[in-house]
Amino acid sequence: MTTKKKTTNILKKIGLYTLLLIGVFISVFPFYWMFIGATNPSGQIFSIPPNLTPGDHFFENLRNLNETVGIWRVMMNSLIITLVFTLFSVIICSAAGYAFAKYKFKGREAIFFALLLAIMIPYHVTLIPLFQLMADLGWLNTYQAVILPNLAYPFAIFLMRQNMRSLPDSLLEAARVDGAGEFRIFFTVVLPTMRPALAAVAIFLFMFQWNNFLWPLVVLGSSDMYTLPVALSSLVGLSRVDYGQIMLGTTLSTLPIMIFFLLLQRQFISGILGGSVKE
Amino acid sequence: MNSTAKAEKKKRKFVTPKTAPYIFIAPAVILFLLFTVYPVISSLILSFQTTTGGVTEFAGLDNYRRLFNDPLFYQALGNTFIILIIQVPIMLTLAVLLAVLMNSALLRMRGFFRVAFFMPAITALVAYAIVFMILLDENYGIVNYALSLVGIDPIAWLNDPFWAKVSLIIAVTWRWTGYNMVIFLAGLQGISKDLYEAASIDGAGKIRQFFSITLPQLKPIFLFTFVLSTIGTLQLFDEPFILTGGGPNNSTLTISLYLYLNGFRYFDFNYASAIAYVLVIIIAVLSWLQMKVAGDKE
Repeated sequence: MTTKKKTTNILKKIGLYTLLLIGVFISVFPFYWMFIGATNPSGQIFSIPPNLTPGDHFFENLRNLNETVGIWRVMMNSLIITLVFTLFSVIICSAAGYAFAKYKFKGREAIFFALLLAIMIPYHVTLIPLFQLMADLGWLNTYQAVILPNLAYPFAIFLMRQNMRSLPDSLLEAARVDGAGEFRIFFTVVLPTMRPALAAVAIFLFMFQWNNFLWPLVVLGSSDMYTLPVALSSLVGLSRVDYGQIMLGTTLSTLPIMIFFLLLQRQFISGILGGSVKE
Repeated sequence: MNSTAKAEKKKRKFVTPKTAPYIFIAPAVILFLLFTVYPVISSLILSFQTTTGGVTEFAGLDNYRRLFNDPLFYQALGNTFIILIIQVPIMLTLAVLLAVLMNSALLRMRGFFRVAFFMPAITALVAYAIVFMILLDENYGIVNYALSLVGIDPIAWLNDPFWAKVSLIIAVTWRWTGYNMVIFLAGLQGISKDLYEAASIDGAGKIRQFFSITLPQLKPIFLFTFVLSTIGTLQLFDEPFILTGGGPNNSTLTISLYLYLNGFRYFDFNYASAIAYVLVIIIAVLSWLQMKVAGDKE
């Protein structure tokens, strides 16, 4: 390599890294700002010049946040709703995806087409009748009102079907010859083999429910049933807004997912992209 | 004898390879009928009714007629489309450029950059909207402080009709650019290296290669991200709800927000249902158009 080429390469590298690092700064700064806010008193967040260092107000903010919205209870609501939803949704969607991929049965194409159509429908259309349904059932302010409507998540069924198609038929036949029943094959052969796909879909569903806002906002009216996003939005509406509390609240809603993301980034990215990208 | 015994055993069993698929899809189908099919039909019926004083009656197209004479609805429609037309192209352009930079052979630590750019896509919409609300505060926000350092006067990000829309666009772009970048990056890595080699032998420069190889090869991915972003923007709710509440002067009122306000602030379920159906029709038409346009060029 000539020295001239070397220098242009170095210049190119500098340009490349500068541009990307500016991008990284814009991407990451709001998170940093959130942590700063969470550990400082409300006034500090709006000080001029801005304070860019973490403070020691974390526990104070936590106590205040708990007094205003009952943050432990809210976190527990979010966690229970999200975990129960994810568990059942993964089983229901993978069972359906498996049937669509590996069995021939009457009505298969028609039912699958109906599900595909549902992916295109904005969920706003179902919002009002679902609210009325939950009210009629007396389920407003309950976990099941949040969990049930999205359990059969059409997109997750679609993804599971795509993934299940790669399952070798010989594997299933071998299990049948061994005398295993259809349920046993599903739980002991199909699900363990499909673990990576299940993980990706589970992450997708977990994120969806953890961050879900509009539907919980509509069906959860009493503050002791709030999920994190709903509780956070209620904080913004207060007349005297304490930003230390709010920033701590947003941190608590973001941090668990962020840690999870840093640990499992590959599965996470393919999960959130919903398998639209093969890596 | 063994086989006949087996066959008999099979007959008595409820779960056979014949019945199994129905059992496997049953939970999903039942839930789907109850919580999707029924509400979709019910909301269509609701949209043709009106409720006054607790009495619900058939009203034909009254709700739709009211909608087409409702200036607020037109404003919500207009706001949503302005955001759509400006935000989606900016975001997709940024995403492609970032993806091209990320794909450079000179780059080390690609994993680190990818994680950093993808980070916004994992945050709850409500959480990031709140953080942006604080960053963009007119008097004490850090963005205005940074601008003041270079001599720019404070901008009323959330309190001025024009800047409120800009704020929404900035926020949504921040949230979704990295997400789209990862999709484009995967697409770039799928383009054969031979194409570029052939082009550089023919004397095509880097920029020429970008326009005559990279962009055409990414076309299906453009279509995919475009349709996805369009549907997403048309349903924009969390951000305006938190950041601006639809204001000032309804300048950030979106269709979804208007639907929510009618349904759950004014409790006019019938009118809200009509808005929902108009939204369905718009999404269906736009998705169809985008597929059609992309298909015809092929």
